[in-house]
Amino acid sequence: MLLTEVEPLSNPLTPATYRVVATRVETGDVVTLSLEPTSGPNPFLFKPGQFNMLTSFGVGEVAISISSAPGAPGPVEHTVRDVGAITHSLCTAAVGTVVGVRGPFGTDWGVDGLDDKDVVIVAGGIGLAPLRGAISYLVDKPGRTGRVYVLVGAREPDQITFPDDLKRWERDGAVVKVTVDVPDSRWWGAIGVVTTLLPTVDFDPARTVALICGPEIMMRFTVRGLVDLGVPLGAIRVSLERNMQCGIGWCGHCQLGPLLICRDGPVFDYSQALEKLISERER
Amino acid sequence: MDLSASFVVDRAGLDRLLGALTARGYRTIGPVVRDGAVVQRQVSSTDDLPQGWHDEQAPGHYRLHHDDDPSLFAWAVGPGSPKSEFYPARSLVWRATSSGHVVTLEQPTDNAAPVALIGTRPCELAGMRVLDRVFAGGEVPDPHYSERRESSFVVIAECGTPASTCFCTSMGTGPGVDGGAGAGYDLALTELTSSGEPRYLVRIGSERGAEVAEEMGGSQAAPQDIAARDAVLEGAAHRIERKLDAANVRQLLASNLAHPRWDDVASRCLACGNCTLVCPTCFCGGVTDTTTVDGTVERHRQWNSCFDLAHSLVHTGPVRATTWSRYRQWLTHKLSTWHDQFGTSGCVGCGRCITWCPVGIDITAEVAAIAASDGAVPVSIESGGDRS
Amino acid sequence: MTENIGELVAEHPLFSGLPVDIAELVGGCSQNVAIATGQLLLEEGEPARSLFLLRRGHVALEVHEPGRVPLVIDRIGPGQAVGWSWMFPPYRWHFDARALEPVGAISVDADCLRSKAEADPAFGYLLMKRLAAVMLERLQATRIRLLDVYGRDVAH
Repeated sequence: MLLTEVEPLSNPLTPATYRVVATRVETGDVVTLSLEPTSGPNPFLFKPGQFNMLTSFGVGEVAISISSAPGAPGPVEHTVRDVGAITHSLCTAAVGTVVGVRGPFGTDWGVDGLDDKDVVIVAGGIGLAPLRGAISYLVDKPGRTGRVYVLVGAREPDQITFPDDLKRWERDGAVVKVTVDVPDSRWWGAIGVVTTLLPTVDFDPARTVALICGPEIMMRFTVRGLVDLGVPLGAIRVSLERNMQCGIGWCGHCQLGPLLICRDGPVFDYSQALEKLISERER
Repeated sequence: MDLSASFVVDRAGLDRLLGALTARGYRTIGPVVRDGAVVQRQVSSTDDLPQGWHDEQAPGHYRLHHDDDPSLFAWAVGPGSPKSEFYPARSLVWRATSSGHVVTLEQPTDNAAPVALIGTRPCELAGMRVLDRVFAGGEVPDPHYSERRESSFVVIAECGTPASTCFCTSMGTGPGVDGGAGAGYDLALTELTSSGEPRYLVRIGSERGAEVAEEMGGSQAAPQDIAARDAVLEGAAHRIERKLDAANVRQLLASNLAHPRWDDVASRCLACGNCTLVCPTCFCGGVTDTTTVDGTVERHRQWNSCFDLAHSLVHTGPVRATTWSRYRQWLTHKLSTWHDQFGTSGCVGCGRCITWCPVGIDITAEVAAIAASDGAVPVSIESGGDRS
Repeated sequence: MTENIGELVAEHPLFSGLPVDIAELVGGCSQNVAIATGQLLLEEGEPARSLFLLRRGHVALEVHEPGRVPLVIDRIGPGQAVGWSWMFPPYRWHFDARALEPVGAISVDADCLRSKAEADPAFGYLLMKRLAAVMLERLQATRIRLLDVYGRDVAH
């Protein structure tokens, strides 16, 4: 946990101060903020899949996925979707604005141990943001023998996030396929839900690890699609989301049955128990 | 003084204890009667304590009665609990001021005097230890909580008169406390009322307790005093009416998430959250950031309740939108998933949730009803049907 | 149970116009059922054990997502059929189906129906033709719905 000064009895709910050094509009309501600490050490140490709690001073604090690759030079990137007061103020923050950062929190995608695996990444909508760092890490890591497959679903072509990264990853050896629900007249790619892309890629189910992030409906159907193709349940990892207020296991808001998303997740190995948990209504 | 020794004092000895604690700089917080209930306030002498007061508790019912009984502790528990001392209902976390593009954060220092809890019940001690696992035993300990806990002095008053809503015996949390180092308290009192004026058997639970005990006076406990304590605890255990199958409830609730009883209790529950307020272990809280006119930002931490519709809010809406799902969340967390999250039960059998529920929902009855038809699910498809 | 379940099957549009012995065959796998308002006929993830031929009342096909009221995909009424996942492994429902009002239906046991179709390919083919016709109609209707023709200006 990062603080600009180490104090006795420092409260873990107190953020470090970071400055917005760049902003980039990804799609209509999605913005990537690049943050650097106002003072103190840089680079920020994290693993792909983890999240930070970002404070917009005076508005509030919200959990945001870290979307840059670990170890990448430069500021830490956070991709925010404008869905409420706090995210709105972050999405509209000008360069130079000071925000608060606490983190990193949570479990990560575990990309370190996947050198010999085919990694199938399935991202729906903004779900590509928490996976972006993992994909770059896998694509750029020398010595990997497995392939990287990136399957992306978006509602419409102009809602595809990180199009430049998608092209870059493809150039650097990943298999990249994108599908939309509602095409426009210029769209020549796949149409339909992202599960329809699964049978079109030639990954080896016996040595595949799948990383999935998106709306829960999409994740449930994608898991089924992967299992139908022979991927074992335990080789699938999902990123779940609930109300997140403290990130440190104190506030009780992020509970999903026996799990605390901030501590036991957000990345989970899939299992029958987890499937049962996310299939139950209002759990 | 030998930690295993116990001794007996009269009421004056308790006053000497309060004096000794005050002299050492403690805020002595103990039970007083205020507004028709036994609540925790600063006490300076035994005159402040609830002498002659008795509580009558039942689902949705709490009354105090007074008589000329010289006992100080002949009541069970009030609505409050030590939770408020270590995890205040609302507290300032930090304050931020900005000038230009520089934001300066300051954290308030905790200057309050350490607290001496007078007359904590064994179930309340159990509640404190449950909260210790949440706030001090996790990956990220709460430094203020830990500091307050470590600096606190705990004087237990073992229970002689449980209420009808108590079920500490089922949860292994009362009516007495075990002795020995690591027991979690500094001194434990048992009020002995067999002859005339009450006397207090005092057991020592820590070095710190031993040091303070030297100023209490009194005489070494005789075998009949030890026996009298046993009789008090045995009598109390015998009077406990309610039971909960603690060994099986974790699995029972985990495997009955679709039980029709949840619909039944949801039709009665008001989602008022009283249970979460009075529960000694409910810890859900949130943070709110506020701005003042001059631009100072403050973050406060405060109690939340899982019965609140906003508790499970994601950006599209609440995950637990119905009272049905919120009641189920509260009870399955308290009795079942707490084990998965923190390695213990969340319930200490104090019965407060039963007493202070405005519609009198009794969790021991709810659990028993589910156990009586373990595995029941609502019947959705019925054969037969009409031929129209 | 004085009325013949086979006759009820034959009355249902999914099987109407077929030879009497076909209706009796299906009837042999069937029972009359009632579902109260708000109850689920199908529950996502649960074993898919029946084909439901609706006779009375409407059913909503739904998907649940945390933080949202259940999303209604379709509404199915009397004379229509609900539940296809019993046809193919893993024989688990993909959606929820909830009774919007008191529902009366014929519940056709899936194991029974599948084994009869395996044993009698002619029957199996007739069954498949009927089912495929309904699924094709639904698919086309769904595709057109996806065009969102009433939505905002699709000028590009």
